[in-house]
Amino acid sequence: MHSPQKQTDAPKLAGVLGFFEDPETLIEATTKVRDSEYKDFDCFTPFAVHGLEHAQGLKRSPIPFVTGAFAFSGTILAFLWQYNASATWWPHIIGGKPFNSLPAFVPIMFELSVLLGGIATFLSMVFFNRLPNFSKRAFDPSLTNNRFAIIIESPVVDEHDDEPAPAFSTEKAEQFLKSVGATETRKVYQEGWF
Amino acid sequence: MATTAKNELEKPLVPVYVTGGRTFAEVSEDVSRPLETFPTATWWVCFIIATLAFAVGATLLLQTFKQGVGLWGLNQPVGWGDDVTTFVFWVGIGHAGTLISAILFLFRQKWRTGINRSAEAMTIFAVMTAGVAIMTHTGRVWLAAFWLFPYPNQRQLWPNFRSPLEWDVFAVSTYFTISLIFWYTGLIPDIATVRDRAKNKIRKVALTIASLGWRGSNKNWLHYEQAYLIFAGLSTPLVLSVHSVVSFDFAVSQVPGWHTTIFPPYFVAGAIFSGFAMVVTLLVMAREAFNLKHYITMDHLELMNKIIMTTGMLVGYAYAVEFFIAWYSGSAFEKFTFINRAFGPYWWAYWIMVSCNVFVPQLFWIKKFRRSIPLMFVVSLYVNIGMYFERFVIIVTSLHRDFLPSSWGTYVPTAVEWGIFTGLMGFFFIFFLLFCRFLPAIAMGEVKSVMDQPTKKDAKGGAHHA
Repeated sequence: MHSPQKQTDAPKLAGVLGFFEDPETLIEATTKVRDSEYKDFDCFTPFAVHGLEHAQGLKRSPIPFVTGAFAFSGTILAFLWQYNASATWWPHIIGGKPFNSLPAFVPIMFELSVLLGGIATFLSMVFFNRLPNFSKRAFDPSLTNNRFAIIIESPVVDEHDDEPAPAFSTEKAEQFLKSVGATETRKVYQEGWF
Repeated sequence: MATTAKNELEKPLVPVYVTGGRTFAEVSEDVSRPLETFPTATWWVCFIIATLAFAVGATLLLQTFKQGVGLWGLNQPVGWGDDVTTFVFWVGIGHAGTLISAILFLFRQKWRTGINRSAEAMTIFAVMTAGVAIMTHTGRVWLAAFWLFPYPNQRQLWPNFRSPLEWDVFAVSTYFTISLIFWYTGLIPDIATVRDRAKNKIRKVALTIASLGWRGSNKNWLHYEQAYLIFAGLSTPLVLSVHSVVSFDFAVSQVPGWHTTIFPPYFVAGAIFSGFAMVVTLLVMAREAFNLKHYITMDHLELMNKIIMTTGMLVGYAYAVEFFIAWYSGSAFEKFTFINRAFGPYWWAYWIMVSCNVFVPQLFWIKKFRRSIPLMFVVSLYVNIGMYFERFVIIVTSLHRDFLPSSWGTYVPTAVEWGIFTGLMGFFFIFFLLFCRFLPAIAMGEVKSVMDQPTKKDAKGGAHHA
């Protein structure tokens, strides 16, 4: 079935972007945006700005728990594997050592913990960051180069919601960003990479 | 711009990691330029030489696969020679990158940002080269995967998990995997920077895919920084474990000269030593060729030279302790092995090792020498040579005369072995040159975070502080 509303070619409004020239102003501005009425916002920076996550009010990343869980299962897996191979599946006496030669199993237990922990860390970083991201194009090439930005996102319209979404005035958002120190503001649209 | 002449007497209160008063945009410009222009003639000359060297090695390796390892000088009693020496040599070199990227990160050594990317690249390529050396040394390399990697099979046959050689398989392959994802994670934001500068459409698409569509959102940086910290935490014990496990290959055996408890720390110190020497060798050339002198500064090189001198003395201490313990053990075989090492048929190898690794780096006590490009380049080459000979001495002199005088022998590497060694050198340099050409050699995102930051005052039109 066709959807009742024809898809328009005009890209969807993503929000309002305000540019900043230095990390210091950015952090101060982010604190003000966090305390304002705008709840959906994010920052774009060419490098990790320390202290920005607190200014933005972000919670700690859960990645350490994932790493810990996988690293620990690596330890257990490596032990069970070596134990069974050496003591159950085809027991051999080698160098007069007992079948369960635990000290000899330690290096591989360690290596497998690091291997599984490391791979899990990378994959969870990719997962939590929703990478690879091919549906949301970067808003400006300067944001990976030398400038910083805050985006105030336009609220997502949920058609099943009974209450209509609050009106989003781009002018008001632009004014607000200017008032917290943005040197340039503009409306940005959601486009894919390709 | 901080171009105003600074008072020569006035020293900066905070260390300067990037010289020349660069701005963020200039950092991106300087680092991306080599990737966006056609390679220079020097690059092509180096690349062609490396390819030719690799072609020689590959031909000789093919010949070895066809006719067997009998083409090498190995026989009883010396069953490990240039092959394993080359392996340990390259694995050792592969330690500096992770040391710089992980251990110096945990110690908050901000100067690492200028050199970590290229050092990590060097690590990965060195471990790959070591991998080729150790896989081909098995002779029938197409079967090696079945001997080395435990895989489920109907006969329920498993490798011997009590063998250090099997631990080594896990240690080196884990090290390679973790180093690779650590390096790639570091590259993601920088590839995004290069992507956003790309003019060509195909280039842009390729770089978008390689950068995973990274946009520099701070919600992403949060997870990214956390993952980076964890990688550093995981890699630190890993890097120390890898060369320890390599040393177990020798130390767990009964051969006099190998059977010592000092091996793990001794090998790790040697690995850091040789790795830093290789980093200096490569960076001295790269900063010249790609004009990266503002990022790989004289201060960086001086700090690396200090580490080379320190680890060189650690290695020298290990040489001395080995001798002392050989005497103190009261074991006639141990005593003989060490006297034979220094004064036997391979005395020249031993004294090349001691001169290159212990005596030559002592030049770095003098500040002027630590900051002299030609001198540090020569010293780093000496250290590279010395560290090859260290492994040669450990492996060959211990094996050639062990318990039974009736089974003594000698080993001389054949031309085929030297050809393969040269070929592996070419293999390494092909990758390193391609890296310099296609990927940002300086971690832009990290350099930008430690360099002189623009402040609020600048934005309002005030003067940039020097």
